Amino acid sequence: MAEITVVAELTSAVWKIEAGPGTSVSAGDTIVILESMKMEIPVLAPSDGTVTAILVAEGDQITEGQAVAKLEA
Amino acid sequence: MIGPVLIANRGEIACRIASTCRRLGVPTVAVFSDADADAMHVAAADRAERIGPPRPAESYLNIPAILDAAKRAGARAVHPGYGFLSENADFAEACTAAGLVFIGPPASAIRAMGGKAAAKAVARRAGVPLLPGHEGEATDDQLEQAAARIGYPVMIKAVAGGGGRGMRRAEDAAGFPAALAAARREAAAFGDSTVLLEKSIPQARHIEMQVFADQHGNVIHLGERDCSPQRRNQKLVEEAPAPGMDAALRAELGRRATALAREVGYVGAGTVEFVADGSRPLGPDSIWFIEMNTRLQVEHPVTEMITGLDLVEWQLRIAAGEALPLRQEEVRLTGHAIEARLCAEDPARNFLPSPGHIAALDLPAPGEGLRVDAGVRAGDTLTPFYDPMIAKLIVHAPSRAAALARLAQALDACRAEGIRLNSGFLAGLLRSPEMREGGVDTHFLETFRQRGLAVPSPA
Repeated sequence: MAEITVVAELTSAVWKIEAGPGTSVSAGDTIVILESMKMEIPVLAPSDGTVTAILVAEGDQITEGQAVAKLEA
Repeated sequence: MIGPVLIANRGEIACRIASTCRRLGVPTVAVFSDADADAMHVAAADRAERIGPPRPAESYLNIPAILDAAKRAGARAVHPGYGFLSENADFAEACTAAGLVFIGPPASAIRAMGGKAAAKAVARRAGVPLLPGHEGEATDDQLEQAAARIGYPVMIKAVAGGGGRGMRRAEDAAGFPAALAAARREAAAFGDSTVLLEKSIPQARHIEMQVFADQHGNVIHLGERDCSPQRRNQKLVEEAPAPGMDAALRAELGRRATALAREVGYVGAGTVEFVADGSRPLGPDSIWFIEMNTRLQVEHPVTEMITGLDLVEWQLRIAAGEALPLRQEEVRLTGHAIEARLCAEDPARNFLPSPGHIAALDLPAPGEGLRVDAGVRAGDTLTPFYDPMIAKLIVHAPSRAAALARLAQALDACRAEGIRLNSGFLAGLLRSPEMREGGVDTHFLETFRQRGLAVPSPA
């Protein structure tokens, strides 16, 4: 079991949490949807696993590289 | 002339409106959110008023805050630009109620053109051809007969649907029943299983007519623009004249567009959008009305370049009650103009937006047929709150080939530090055989992009 930290690709606002703590995800599933410059940008699970923590809240302003979620793969 | 004019917008369009006002001696008032306190459009105006926090809903879409700013600054007219509140009938009414001149059409015209069904009804009354289709309650058998009459492929759309949901394409009669059943199932999720049919145009071109109407019943058109190169329904490159357009078809589309504007009691600048069947040469029987945009368009400069007119000046004169400066037969179209939208996004990362601090920004110098309408400069910070367009590059040349080459060259000269630009992608697009040939459809960019990703271009 490895813990993976999923980070934001860009400075943005957290629009929607799609997969909360405890959710099983497959690689490529959307965990969080960010919004920047009028575009929605999904944050995808890098591998199969379980979401153990969401580190942001809807509406938060976040910066590039900021940790968004933790995943147990 | 009316003034001071409050510009209820930001970025390049606010700068562009301020520029015409300055030339005409009209005082301007900028509005800004906290994210834009030092923005270029604030510096472009004579004075500026804060309207709220960065989020558009709390600032550039905040009607009471904008009206308060107008009052504080003693503005007498409001120019909405494009986007934000420009097609909001309530805002137009609120301006009028506050004693301000709204530089745009009457609220009734904005409302009539705001809904697709209502706009189609106006077009029908004005005798403007619509895509062959079928509307209203019908049994499955009746719909199947209607589809055969329309001709395949046919789009089946949930009347209450949206965002692509409840939409199915039937390629032929054999596939119709299954597509209809699927569309009805999805439509039922919207609480209404009613569907409409519309002829599907697989190779669609986007052609639009610029119209102008004054308060004295005069309506004219200023020719067309071809805005087919699009990505995710966002226009990226626009040109005038449209490849393959002749004077007779332009006159016919002008007749349709002005008839529509008259029918809806239009005043000011407007754009009537059509879809053309790109699998055939442009002709009167293969182009149909889609919708009307009741504002100045992003791409209005290409029309300004080929007509030699300033459309913002016309908007101000018409709002002040003046008659249209030209009659239809006095409008002259000269040469070819093309615009490209320079955006802070990264083509190599699937066009991911690229907010950030702009440490350096080199845009090509205007002149020699090049116009640059910019909304940011070096030292600015692009925030995630607003759209990624930072400038429009527009060229005017005697021929289409010369315009394409000049614009590609201008894009090559764009450089930024701190943000990514889409200029390399746009330059490659303008140099592609398909663009040089002309008449691409609205799906071309998708295939071009895939091809471009497969073969990385040299930096």
